[in-house]
Amino acid sequence: MPRSDLAKKNSPDSNTEPAPQAAEPVRVAAVDSKAVDADALARAQAGDHHAFAHLYSLHKRRIYSLCLRMVGNAAEAEDLTQEAFLQLHRKIATFRGDSAFSTWLHRLAINVVLMHLRKKGLALMSLDEAMEPTQSDGPGRSFGAPDLALAGSIDRLALERAVGDLPAGYRLVFVLHDVEGYEHNEIADMLECSIGNSKSQLHKARLKLRDALRTSLERGGQR
Amino acid sequence: MNSDREEMSCQEFQAQLPELVGSGEDMSKHPHLQSCENCKALLADLQTIADAAKQLLPVEQPKEDLWDRIDAAIRLEEGALGQEE
Repeated sequence: MPRSDLAKKNSPDSNTEPAPQAAEPVRVAAVDSKAVDADALARAQAGDHHAFAHLYSLHKRRIYSLCLRMVGNAAEAEDLTQEAFLQLHRKIATFRGDSAFSTWLHRLAINVVLMHLRKKGLALMSLDEAMEPTQSDGPGRSFGAPDLALAGSIDRLALERAVGDLPAGYRLVFVLHDVEGYEHNEIADMLECSIGNSKSQLHKARLKLRDALRTSLERGGQR
Repeated sequence: MNSDREEMSCQEFQAQLPELVGSGEDMSKHPHLQSCENCKALLADLQTIADAAKQLLPVEQPKEDLWDRIDAAIRLEEGALGQEE
């Protein structure tokens, strides 16, 4: 199960809208939201169009953000969000509650994105690239002086930008593992690659992000 | 921890990092890190990035008219299904 469906975001209902700041309203909002979600789900499964629209409003932000991070392009992300909700509409009656609805929807959206990327002819994982570090792209580039530590100095926008600039394969694994909380074995299944390949891609993604963030820091956070 | 690990070069250590980090092993006691500030800083940075990624919330909103597009597509599909039946 993705960490994002657990307590990862400090919000038990992070699949919907971002949690409010204050502690008490978070719990109240989460309980209310879950009750509404379950009710809307049951009605949507029975064919209630308004209930389906409500499910869309509850989950659109999370699904769109996921698509956007995975493909790095707003127009493409909207098309994929549309396709994910269309598929949801086709399949919602088959949801049996074996996992949380948000988990199920999340995985459905990931599959939509991966299928889209495969149709585009993008090799999601290049085994050779992943398993054979090069001088310019592998661990070797990290032998420099440790003069600029990142600890405590990563801002969200800088990280979002750097993730968006990652090569597609690195970005997919980074988003799935570090942002969405999937395990390497789950990612390997999704991307049809080995677990070692997933670990290697993730490591390279983090190294590239480190370089990008250090460069950003050296430039005083401006780009 | 054996002597091979203590004598590991930075290159050897970093070549093993994907597997070591991916396995969830506690790296803080790794012999190479006891004497190598460079690799220690690298590992700290990578952990900082992983931690920061967990804080990335789904803050992006699709355009307001996306629901209209989805709604229209759903109705089109339902209409097509209705005609088939």
